[in-house]
Amino acid sequence: MVSKKLQRVDFIFDCAGCEPIEVVKKALKMTREEVVSSIIESGLKGRGGAGFPTGMKWKFAKDEVADTKYVICNADEGEPGTFKDREILDVVPNKVLSGMAICAYAIGSKEGIIYLRGEYNFLLKKLNAQIDEFNNSLSKIGLDFAVSIRSGSGAYICGEETALFESMEGRRGEPRNKPPFPTKSGYNGKPTVINNVETLVYTAMIINMGVDEFKAVGTMDSRGSKVFSVSGDTPKAGIHELELGLNVADFVEEFGDGDTKAVQVGGASGHCVPRKLFKETIIGFEGIPTGGSMMIFNSTRSMFNVLNDYLEFFAEESCGQCTPCRIGTQQLIKGIEHVKKGQMPSEYLDQLIKLTETMKIASKCGLGQSVANSFSSIVTNFREEMIY
Amino acid sequence: MSKIKLTIDGKKVQIEQGKTILDAAKKINVKIPTLCYHEDLCVAGNCRVCVVEVAGSRALQASCAIPAQDGMEVRTNTPKVRNARKDIIAMLVSEHNTQCTTCYRSTNCELQTLSAEFNIDNNRYLSILKPNIEVDRSSWSIEKDDSKCVRCQRCVRTCSELQHVNALTVSHKGKDMKISTFHDLPLKDVVCTNCGQCVNRCPTGALTERRYFDEVWEAIGDPTKHVVMNTAPSVRVALGEMLGYPVGTRVTGKMVTAMRRLGVDSVLDTDFSADLTIIEEGTELLVRLKKALVDKDDTIKLPLLTSCSPGWVKFCEHLYPEHLGHLSTCKSPQQMFGALTKTYYADKKGIDPKDIVSVAIMPCAAKKFEANRGEMKDSGFQDIDAGLTTRELGHMIKQTGLNFLELEESSYDSIMGESTGAGVIFGATGGVMEAALRTAYEIVTGKEVPFENLNIIPVRGMEGIKEAAIKIEGALPEWSFLEGVEMKVAVAHGLINARIIMDQIAAGESPYHFIEVMACPGGCIGGGGQPIPTNEAIRKARVAAIYEEDMNMNLRKSHDNPAIKTIYKDFLKEPLSHVSHNLLHTTYRKRQHY
Repeated sequence: MVSKKLQRVDFIFDCAGCEPIEVVKKALKMTREEVVSSIIESGLKGRGGAGFPTGMKWKFAKDEVADTKYVICNADEGEPGTFKDREILDVVPNKVLSGMAICAYAIGSKEGIIYLRGEYNFLLKKLNAQIDEFNNSLSKIGLDFAVSIRSGSGAYICGEETALFESMEGRRGEPRNKPPFPTKSGYNGKPTVINNVETLVYTAMIINMGVDEFKAVGTMDSRGSKVFSVSGDTPKAGIHELELGLNVADFVEEFGDGDTKAVQVGGASGHCVPRKLFKETIIGFEGIPTGGSMMIFNSTRSMFNVLNDYLEFFAEESCGQCTPCRIGTQQLIKGIEHVKKGQMPSEYLDQLIKLTETMKIASKCGLGQSVANSFSSIVTNFREEMIY
Repeated sequence: MSKIKLTIDGKKVQIEQGKTILDAAKKINVKIPTLCYHEDLCVAGNCRVCVVEVAGSRALQASCAIPAQDGMEVRTNTPKVRNARKDIIAMLVSEHNTQCTTCYRSTNCELQTLSAEFNIDNNRYLSILKPNIEVDRSSWSIEKDDSKCVRCQRCVRTCSELQHVNALTVSHKGKDMKISTFHDLPLKDVVCTNCGQCVNRCPTGALTERRYFDEVWEAIGDPTKHVVMNTAPSVRVALGEMLGYPVGTRVTGKMVTAMRRLGVDSVLDTDFSADLTIIEEGTELLVRLKKALVDKDDTIKLPLLTSCSPGWVKFCEHLYPEHLGHLSTCKSPQQMFGALTKTYYADKKGIDPKDIVSVAIMPCAAKKFEANRGEMKDSGFQDIDAGLTTRELGHMIKQTGLNFLELEESSYDSIMGESTGAGVIFGATGGVMEAALRTAYEIVTGKEVPFENLNIIPVRGMEGIKEAAIKIEGALPEWSFLEGVEMKVAVAHGLINARIIMDQIAAGESPYHFIEVMACPGGCIGGGGQPIPTNEAIRKARVAAIYEEDMNMNLRKSHDNPAIKTIYKDFLKEPLSHVSHNLLHTTYRKRQHY
């Protein structure tokens, strides 16, 4: 695998030559099939972390026959270390809305909802004004689609798409069993496309710039660019849009403080990359996919504390309904504490890694499944820090 | 319905679209262990014990929750599956209070069984049991011990889907997630109807009935006390399940013998007071109809609702307090029995009522609460001193070391031990209605109900709400106002169905004259105090046994019961008399909503 050089891109925040409502008009000149096939052709994968091909999601929803379909923008940005969606919604909300409108046209939906993280309620006033204006513009160009906002109450799990539906329907935020998948039965049991904020902007950009220009960026597996939220021991904390496919070494060279010992790619639910693997680790779907969180740790950091913090976060934010996630997270915390204090032998760490394997394959949703990522990568690469 | 084909462990299976992998596996006798799954409830997929491998999926799938799909290849017994299941069970054990030897559900606990099957020897994980969990013993009927809870949410699903009560709910998330009540209030202060359906579906000892058998043992051992036990109709068709008999076996005679061997002084039959209820309630219905139809009294509340099921009564008090006037003022058979035990029975036997301990063996958890309602002291003493469940009686019999299977059969004592088939069928949904119609129709027309062998088939069966209409023809002169009237009746069981009936009444749209409601699915045979497990097949088997018992009785109409005739002649004088009113009727009250 060959990595790409670090290259800055500016599709998301650049406003030159992109009037969002004009992009929608552009889409309306295409057939619904053409819109969907453009997104498929672009190779765009969801930017929320799971990386499902966006065009396929739209196609499934388009092919469903139903009286009502929904387009939902997932703005429940809860992953530790991620703050890109906030910025996108603050700076270029119209681009998000145009992505939703294009999707609505493609799948035949009349109603769009932004599920906004409760902590981002300070954006509400401004966003609502933008939405009113946008809805008006849509009716002027003859697209029967309107967007509204639903405010979340601050549970990490509600970013999981089916838990998000439950929350929107007024119930406790717990993931549903899949199948049925949202494109068949989502919000209110209707076909629903749910996309991350950033993904929706990229769909609009693909329509605007054309598939070829988008495809020229990134790699075979990871098309396009990605907005990264960079935090931790870095002089350049903040939001940076980079071409996908770069390796961690180049990333660290640009963003590190010269003493980086590890990079947590993908937030608490992502993988921890130690210095010795910087060069060979590609950021992208061929390597480590990420929702955008990049946490940089230098040598002053205790990886035990880092892991412990992550686990406490998960033990807190699990919905608690399924056994592997609810109990597994607690076992992992208690387990590493016992090993650290010498109350359990260090071999117990191997038992715990096996436990994360069970969590990975037996948990109901992505939360419990991804705890294994940070746990096994930190415990494997920084084992001595777990013991002494 | 279209069929799909899949393979499970290499075997081909064909099943209807929409069925789960678990359903398909059952069809070919592949057993997949489950915990949060229950046949009566919607799918959850919470516990993950039932995970299987599906070709093409990276993660394991919960077989209870995933629809079977055409061409699916499922493997239920691979190293990956076995290891995951063992891990999951071990995790549940690590969160659990594992003092199995002191648990009421020991040997009848699904977690215990799974742990044994998977051999969770010396649990490999650290205990994460929360310290200082207090057992909620606030309710007269139900105890909740969170230290034994596996968070499967069966109780929550029971309370919301089956009963539509929603007293139990999930609160908090992650490590703090638990089954709770509104504001975490004690069970006695929330909308809980004490129906005990949650108890029947709890896989462990987290929810149990509050037990009173130690007090009863003490009374039995006290020579100054005269202990009277009476058994509800549905106990006799369910008790056997705990003592070595197949589901649906009638064990009436052996049960009576066993109770005598426990040392109780008199073994009587609640069926007697069920017959009495029919006379009182049937008369109440006819009086209400007369007042409404002849006297045009518009304060009369119709339809009349039965009041035998204390869970149902409490449900009404919580959720439809403005419609309590529809409830029959008749006490339930249990409470009628209690009131008479300490008056009529005491007098006949020459025993001071203060020395009588009246114990009711009930299929019900709510009966415990009912026994302790403040107003149930019309005899001057607490009418019923202890309401025990079928399960508690089963335990008492086991504690005596009796070989139940070998016991000889015997009959109930007298007085108040005589009953009819009409009393027996109180145990099944529709039974009260059928018994009431057998009597009411005959009072009005002088003839038997126009059904073959008195079997009023339309009110039988497991449908949620059953309806029937009987046209009254040839009414006797004093009931001539009912001539040609089509009596419309309905039967509802399970509180979700009760809600439908009540919403109709609240909207002023109820087409019925008389409605039987039972809080529990299937009626008392599915009561919250019956042997665990429960499911539709078990309930049906118990119902069949109830009707079989009825058919075997010489007398099948309440008003034919000679003991009933005697008690009216000697004591009560007539239905709805002053004495009846004092001892056998009661009042209701509004209760809060949460």
